[in-house]
Amino acid sequence: MKPFGYLRPASVTEAVRAGASHPGARFLGGGTNLVDLMKLGVETPGLLIDVTRLPLDRTEPTADGGLRVGATVRNSDLAAHPLVRERYPVLTQALLAGASGQLRNTATTGGNLLQRTRCPYFQDVSKPCNKRVPGTGCPAREGAHRDLAVLGHSENCVATHPSDLSAALAALDATVELHGPEGERTVPVTAFHRLPEENPDQDTVIRPGELITAVTLPPAPDGSAQLYRKVRDRASYAFALVSLAAVLTVRDGRVQHAALAFGGLAHRPWRATAAEAVLRDAPATPETYARAAAAELAAARPLRDNAFKVDLARRLTVDVLTELT
Amino acid sequence: MSHAPQPLGAPVVRREAREKVTGSARYAVEHALPDCLYAWPVPATVPSGRVTAVRTADALALPGVHTVLTHENAPRLQEPDDATLALLQDDRVPHRGWYVALVVADSLEAARAGADAVVTEYAREPHDVLISEDHPGLYTPEKANGGYPAVRERGDFTRAFEDAGVRIDTTYRISPLHNHPMEPHATTARWTDGRLTVHDSSQGSTTVRDTLAAVFGIDTDRVTAISEHVGGGFGSKGTPRPQVVLAAMAALHTGRPVKLALPRRQMPAVVGHRAPTVHRVRIGAGDDGVITALSHEVTTHTSTVKEFVEQAAVPARTMYTSPNSRTTHRVAALDVPSPSWMRAPGEASGMYALESAMDELACALGIDPVELRVRNEPATEPDSGKPFSSRNLVACLREGARRFGWDDRDRRPATRQEGRWLLGTGVASATYPVLVGPSSACAYAAADGSYRIEVNATDIGTGARTVLAQIAASALSTAADRVRVVLGDSDLPDAPLAGGSSGTASWGWAVHKAAARLAAEIAAHSGPLPAEGLTVRADTREETGAESPYARHAFGAHFAETAVDSLTGEVRVRRLLGVYAAGRILNARTARSQFIGGMVMGIGMALTEGSTLDPVYGDFTASDLASYHVPACADVPAVEAHWIDEDDPHLNPMGSKGIGEIGIVGTAAAIGNAVRHATGARLTELPLTPDKVLPYLP
Repeated sequence: MKPFGYLRPASVTEAVRAGASHPGARFLGGGTNLVDLMKLGVETPGLLIDVTRLPLDRTEPTADGGLRVGATVRNSDLAAHPLVRERYPVLTQALLAGASGQLRNTATTGGNLLQRTRCPYFQDVSKPCNKRVPGTGCPAREGAHRDLAVLGHSENCVATHPSDLSAALAALDATVELHGPEGERTVPVTAFHRLPEENPDQDTVIRPGELITAVTLPPAPDGSAQLYRKVRDRASYAFALVSLAAVLTVRDGRVQHAALAFGGLAHRPWRATAAEAVLRDAPATPETYARAAAAELAAARPLRDNAFKVDLARRLTVDVLTELT
Repeated sequence: MSHAPQPLGAPVVRREAREKVTGSARYAVEHALPDCLYAWPVPATVPSGRVTAVRTADALALPGVHTVLTHENAPRLQEPDDATLALLQDDRVPHRGWYVALVVADSLEAARAGADAVVTEYAREPHDVLISEDHPGLYTPEKANGGYPAVRERGDFTRAFEDAGVRIDTTYRISPLHNHPMEPHATTARWTDGRLTVHDSSQGSTTVRDTLAAVFGIDTDRVTAISEHVGGGFGSKGTPRPQVVLAAMAALHTGRPVKLALPRRQMPAVVGHRAPTVHRVRIGAGDDGVITALSHEVTTHTSTVKEFVEQAAVPARTMYTSPNSRTTHRVAALDVPSPSWMRAPGEASGMYALESAMDELACALGIDPVELRVRNEPATEPDSGKPFSSRNLVACLREGARRFGWDDRDRRPATRQEGRWLLGTGVASATYPVLVGPSSACAYAAADGSYRIEVNATDIGTGARTVLAQIAASALSTAADRVRVVLGDSDLPDAPLAGGSSGTASWGWAVHKAAARLAAEIAAHSGPLPAEGLTVRADTREETGAESPYARHAFGAHFAETAVDSLTGEVRVRRLLGVYAAGRILNARTARSQFIGGMVMGIGMALTEGSTLDPVYGDFTASDLASYHVPACADVPAVEAHWIDEDDPHLNPMGSKGIGEIGIVGTAAAIGNAVRHATGARLTELPLTPDKVLPYLP
């Protein structure tokens, strides 16, 4: 491991200033991914700015009936929060489907959004990877890619985003609050993560020195039913092959509101806008759900060994929506 | 303290349990030595070729880096019997991950940084890492692992198969599997006045001592190998591994103690793996289900470094009536890491295929799978013609069926549903040979009435200390807690390794012999024992060397209930039940632990564990515990292990058969057969992950 500096700032302003003045610095949350990547030599920050003692650990209701979650709120605490369990069950389910109890006790809300892909080539510095070293190539396309993307990938990268939490946040239309050298801004979760395109080294739209300070959830849609389902190779402690976060409101047999976000299919949590367009105001029936899935997955471009994910996503869509109806 | 003699079989608590759970039990790299250095190996990053240069200047310039060993400056070794131990001796790279350098530094962090800074250049050569049934490099080896003939034929298989009323002909595939014991392969080594001492995480330190003496060209009495506590091995620590040789080389080169624990990610390339196997199984039978023709043909890979052939067709030579039989192994030497022992080599893989094919035969005939196996119970071992010393497969099947509720089973496939879940049940047989090796042991009676047993056995987590105390106590007619057992040190009487389910039988025989003689000496002694006590040494070379006129095997039966998610293809085991006939069970508590451990590993083999070789880079793609999925707690449901009383006088003085491996044998087949019962689909490739199950779902 390359030697690195360690700083524990007293305020968000100090943290952001330190981040801006040290190129290559990384903010340290629970460290459950960053520290692993440092051990592998994938991440080599010169400075770790430990933000876990900043006053960003509160989960509070907002005036409009939503919820504001501080960036350092631990995954376990967020999953157990009474307001989350009551109003955003899909979020609790997604959190509890992730990692292990020990990791959830440490991992933070902000850090979870910034998890990096588990693609084996990304994690092995002895092999090329455009995400790690731009321009070196993407061996996954020809190599081991059973677990990788079927939607939105590019010639340059077929990685997936591994976070369960992010999929739920995308379906809940959450917003990321960022604090940077040029001030504060907010970005919808659905626009926070990027597709790989020409620059797979950039996972998100976060700018240099910007710190996630909170995630804000709007009020849950009235009368919505919510579900997170994750398909994986073992019963716990495995990344999603495919997961689906769904928020559905049905009135008088018709879909009033539907928000779907897939995990495990793409470089970002995949908000299924094409499916949602089919669902809107349509009869809440399995036939509609199948049409919605087909509309979304028409864009899928599976690789040699991961076409099963398309079938799995289709099955999951119909089943989860039927269960929520 | 209880003074009543503990009978053999009592559920005695493991002796070192408290030390282990409180952290005071020391493992190989937990021995603090002054001036100790730390080593980190550098693996090759090409799959085949030669090292043309190892540039070490940048690494040596880092603070704390002491030295970098390469093939140019490393101590010269005598040619080892096991070619995987010829480390840093030449420029050849036989597979990706082969070690090309070793960085030695003042701290673990500095060693790791140094390893990152070593630049190796290669002349790369073409490589080939993918085995197939028609690979041009396939040949028939002389022997498979364990010394078994690669090919055995009886009768006229081809003709009998053609004439059979019912024929099964299926090819099964198992991907490479990795051993990931909780404690990685690790060593602390030091040289003092020309004597080498290693604390090594191994399954047998007598072998470690002998191997080190041979490669360093010194007498065995100048080497001490200690394996006091070992955090699992599963076969991968059965032979000395690179870390012990590298640590000893580094300690020799630097004149200081050196610690080396293999990084988890490097283990798949250097500690051995279960090789991928392709099994074509053909069974011909009459309408009564009696087998007339049986063929099991295995294709597998080995490395270019050494030949290791998974003996997967061997169990078919023992299991069932088969007047016309052909069992064969073919292997190709590829540019892959060297395969080696992994829990029940041969049986675990071979019985997946054979027991799946038996289930197919049962389905084809409409005969209950338990009944089918009973109908094919042989009178003598089919291959050798020898009588069995004891064979209670039928008793295991019957007892398992009773406990599991098998007879209430609706035989029709794909008819039971509970919500999204398709439910099914399956059965498979298990077997493992009775192996035993020569051992020596020393029994000592102190004047105060206490006893000490010395034997270089290894407790790899099985409870060997505890069971050996019970064996000695039984021979001495005393309570187990009056017997101290000293093991895990090559300066103790020589003993074979903890492997092949033979440890307890081998060590226990010598311990029993020494203790029984000591008891006789004490009985013959009049008056108080002399101040120095009495000592008896025993050796079982003669007893264990004689070939038995009996075919000796443990048998068992596994019953599984699985649920298959009809939507996603996820398979979950709901119940797993094993019944074993393994001679006399010497400690009910530790034995149950071992059986269940094997069954859990079988769940992994069936559902979650699998590795692949990257065709471009030549290495295993599952190199950490996030990608190589061993079962998590949530994957392990109600698991029960039972046994039947077996009184076999043809084994050893304790009447025991080995139990360390049989729990994994056939378990994957029982689960696969249950999946077939649940879905109606016969899957033939492990592990049964959702991508493989999905195409068969409605």
